[in-house]
Amino acid sequence: MNGVTLTLRTLYHGESALARELVAAADRHRAEHEVHHVATDLAGWSREHVGLLARTGLDYGLDLATDAQPSAPGLPFADPQRATGDRTVRDVAAEVIGPHPESGPLLLLDLRALYLTASGNFLSWEMLAQVAQARKDGRLLGLATACHPRTLRQLRWVNTQLKTLSPQILSSL
Amino acid sequence: MVDEDRIAAPWGARTPYAPGEPWPVRVDGQLQDGIGPDDVERWVPTASLLHSNGDAMDIAVRDGRMVGVRGRAGDRVNHGRLGPKDLFGWQAGASPDRLTRPLIREGGRLVECDGETAMGRVVARSKELLDQRGPGSIGFYTTGQLFLEEYYTLAVIAHAGIGTNHLDGNTRLCTATAAESLKQTFGSDGQPGSYTDIDHADTIALFGHNMAETQAVSWMRILDRLAGASPPRLVCVDPRATPVAQRATVHLAPRGGTNVALLNALLHEIIRTDRVDHAYVREHAVGYEELTKCVAPCTPAWAAEICDVPARAIAEAAEILGASQRLLSTVLQGVYQSHQATAAAVQINNLHLLRGMLGRPGAGVLQMNGQPTAQNTRECGANGDLPGFRNWQNEAHIADLARVWNVEPLSIPHYGPPTHALQMFRYAEQGSIGMLWISGTNPAVSLPELARIRAILSGEGLFTVVQDLFLTETAQLADVVLPAATWGEKTGTFTNADRTVHLSGKAVEPPGQARPDLEIFLDYARRMDFRDKDGAPLVSWHDAESAFEAWKRCSAGRPCDYTGLSYAKLRGADGIQWPCTEQAPGGTERLYAEGFTWAHSEAAESYGKDLVTGAAFEEADYRVRNPDGKAMLRAAEYVPPHEEPTPQFPLRLTTGRTLYHFHTRTKTGRVPQLNAAAPEVWVELSAADAARDGLGEGDLVEVATPRGRVHARLRISGIREGVAFLPFHYGYWDTPLGHRPPDGAGRAANETTITDWDPVSKQPLYKTSAARVTLIARSEGQPSPAPTATASAPVRAHRTHGGQR
Repeated sequence: MNGVTLTLRTLYHGESALARELVAAADRHRAEHEVHHVATDLAGWSREHVGLLARTGLDYGLDLATDAQPSAPGLPFADPQRATGDRTVRDVAAEVIGPHPESGPLLLLDLRALYLTASGNFLSWEMLAQVAQARKDGRLLGLATACHPRTLRQLRWVNTQLKTLSPQILSSL
Repeated sequence: MVDEDRIAAPWGARTPYAPGEPWPVRVDGQLQDGIGPDDVERWVPTASLLHSNGDAMDIAVRDGRMVGVRGRAGDRVNHGRLGPKDLFGWQAGASPDRLTRPLIREGGRLVECDGETAMGRVVARSKELLDQRGPGSIGFYTTGQLFLEEYYTLAVIAHAGIGTNHLDGNTRLCTATAAESLKQTFGSDGQPGSYTDIDHADTIALFGHNMAETQAVSWMRILDRLAGASPPRLVCVDPRATPVAQRATVHLAPRGGTNVALLNALLHEIIRTDRVDHAYVREHAVGYEELTKCVAPCTPAWAAEICDVPARAIAEAAEILGASQRLLSTVLQGVYQSHQATAAAVQINNLHLLRGMLGRPGAGVLQMNGQPTAQNTRECGANGDLPGFRNWQNEAHIADLARVWNVEPLSIPHYGPPTHALQMFRYAEQGSIGMLWISGTNPAVSLPELARIRAILSGEGLFTVVQDLFLTETAQLADVVLPAATWGEKTGTFTNADRTVHLSGKAVEPPGQARPDLEIFLDYARRMDFRDKDGAPLVSWHDAESAFEAWKRCSAGRPCDYTGLSYAKLRGADGIQWPCTEQAPGGTERLYAEGFTWAHSEAAESYGKDLVTGAAFEEADYRVRNPDGKAMLRAAEYVPPHEEPTPQFPLRLTTGRTLYHFHTRTKTGRVPQLNAAAPEVWVELSAADAARDGLGEGDLVEVATPRGRVHARLRISGIREGVAFLPFHYGYWDTPLGHRPPDGAGRAANETTITDWDPVSKQPLYKTSAARVTLIARSEGQPSPAPTATASAPVRAHRTHGGQR
């Protein structure tokens, strides 16, 4: 394990987690139509990143798709229509309370969690770009340059949703 | 007046003209049976209220009643012409079932009451909610069919009186993307082009815009150019064989939801063939490199796969656009109500920036409206923006607005964008909005997924006030119904899609206790006792003209500057385009003739959004991207639609309108000639799709999606394969249940539509649901009731008529 493989592995996990969390949030908040649809689209970006990281990893001696996944082999969250991850109390709660006001705070909590996961990825891409430059690794730098902006766009989307939705949700509790 | 049957021949006779010549005058009119021109006592000037073209006309009055209309020969918009809806639609106001008394809900039923009781109930509920739950518990949902003075008053009441962020118009369904795309490209709303560009253009591209049916008079202008010397070439993007498509040099009929792919391919070709005006781009735009990079892989062959349009047709369209010297583009719901709405509309702005086709005769963009006064909803801030195109993210703009209203900046909600309509309904569904005041719109027919909307409107926790002319589907679900006056029964101004302002006069008295919307809003403001920060009344005006003067002060120094206008000046004028100021007393024909004034960060209405996610940029981002306040070339990647056809729902369902009706038929369904022209819902399929499923013309079929079902008679039309079309006009007010379908299938298209909106403009997507069509009963020789003179024309059959006496 060196700095590059460590960062690739961190990113692989981070992008996998973000894809999974976006799909789960989209599924939990079907009644929040914009969150549902856009989170589903944005999960696609993270899945693309996961694929790129897996392919890149092979050239650095990493078989991320098989040995780095808790639920190997394959990517259980590759199907956007299928909710994955473990069912939590939160999932069950979301189904029971559906369109009622209590789902508002739940949505804010989910968005907050998405922001934290996405910001972790944002920083990891930054680190990958930095180590790529230090090692004069053009291929790795290209990967980071291609993926980093989309992570920022994911972050911005979550932030915009939080900013727009929180005044109403929090002031009506 | 007119002898020909203008139901059967909607665009009338041709008056050909050549480029640069004035469009010849042709005065259209219609008088009631038995009334001749000499019988008319007064002619009262106004403009059309049944579409967004803004056709100027006079209402004929005799014995205190409307008896007809005629076009105004001298007006810049229509040169005397009128479309079928205007020739016949004036009859609607005199319908015997107009609301004449307020109604309140008692024991689950609506009962008549006096005005004092109705307004008392509205005020009591408002105060109770303000007191117990705060301003965020009250929302206002208005329209694109009131007058400027009414929107401005409502905006002041909502933003500064109540202090709620929840004010939007049904313009969200029709013109939100037009406004948003202009903000993304030019920094601020404001229509760049002018209808007079039709007189000069050598190429006219119509993107998702069936102008023949939505703005019939502007289509007459194009038809007259096509009939004259040196006619323009037309490029048409539409899945249906519309009258526009039939006259186009190139007609592209893409798969639903793929506009961005198609447009990126067109831009790819413009750049590849170097049809770029590099000097113009260098001087006036930022973002060229980003756009070039984004569209580099978007070849016609790539787009052909996604859009199911031949690559050579895409290349041919790009060649026509690239070779044009004077290019006019118009855009409407095929873009605005489809997937990636703003991203697509912005690519059309990009086309014009790349080609330097702005701000001169024949070179312009018309990001259109669907409604007559939608422009005013936008500029007055009744549409989910702030008045005068002010930027909610810019503290200086808020301070300026607070100065105009003499209130504290903090009392104007600006911690987020004003709430869009679909989000308001979501808040009502969740219970955090407890009162919704709906004026001049009918969400129980016009919003997507109607079963859900009906459930929200009839929910116990929501107090709904509906202000309308008739007992609409929505009014039937209300707690208080306020009867309103309409066009020709009140005074006010309104502005069309090319910024032309008209004064609309009062020709007749409203029926019973129906009052102008302005009067209702002023009455509410008085009863609520809204005050400014010095304790003076917040709403200080008392009638339409004083409201207009107040609006002028709010518009001063903004892109939509009205300070050079007055009622006196508008009286007898032939249509004046804003901005109209002391420096430009005759108005302004085209924006952006000399640079992009409103794109500087200090002036801009918006700092922009991510075109895919809708995420908002901040001021600092904007300054970095656009330090010198230029126009912005904004790139967007294609993203597939959210609901793709499946084996169970193999068709792409799109909804739209017909020439003969407006919105939910509240008026046009009560006009004999218009109702007879399109009396009942229909569905269109291509001949190939119908043949595959063994369906024939006139068969009764069921159109089903995962959300609902509609029964309609099948019209086999020239629509593209794989697409079904349902007109959205038909609801339930003239059916036994009044506001909802019987159990099972209905006739409102929105029983079936998906709840999904463009994340940038928040405009609902009515063009991308997946559906199936199955046989219910054979036609037995009865044709579909769909009109035959328009896009719903059959592959073969009978002819629509009935406008001739």
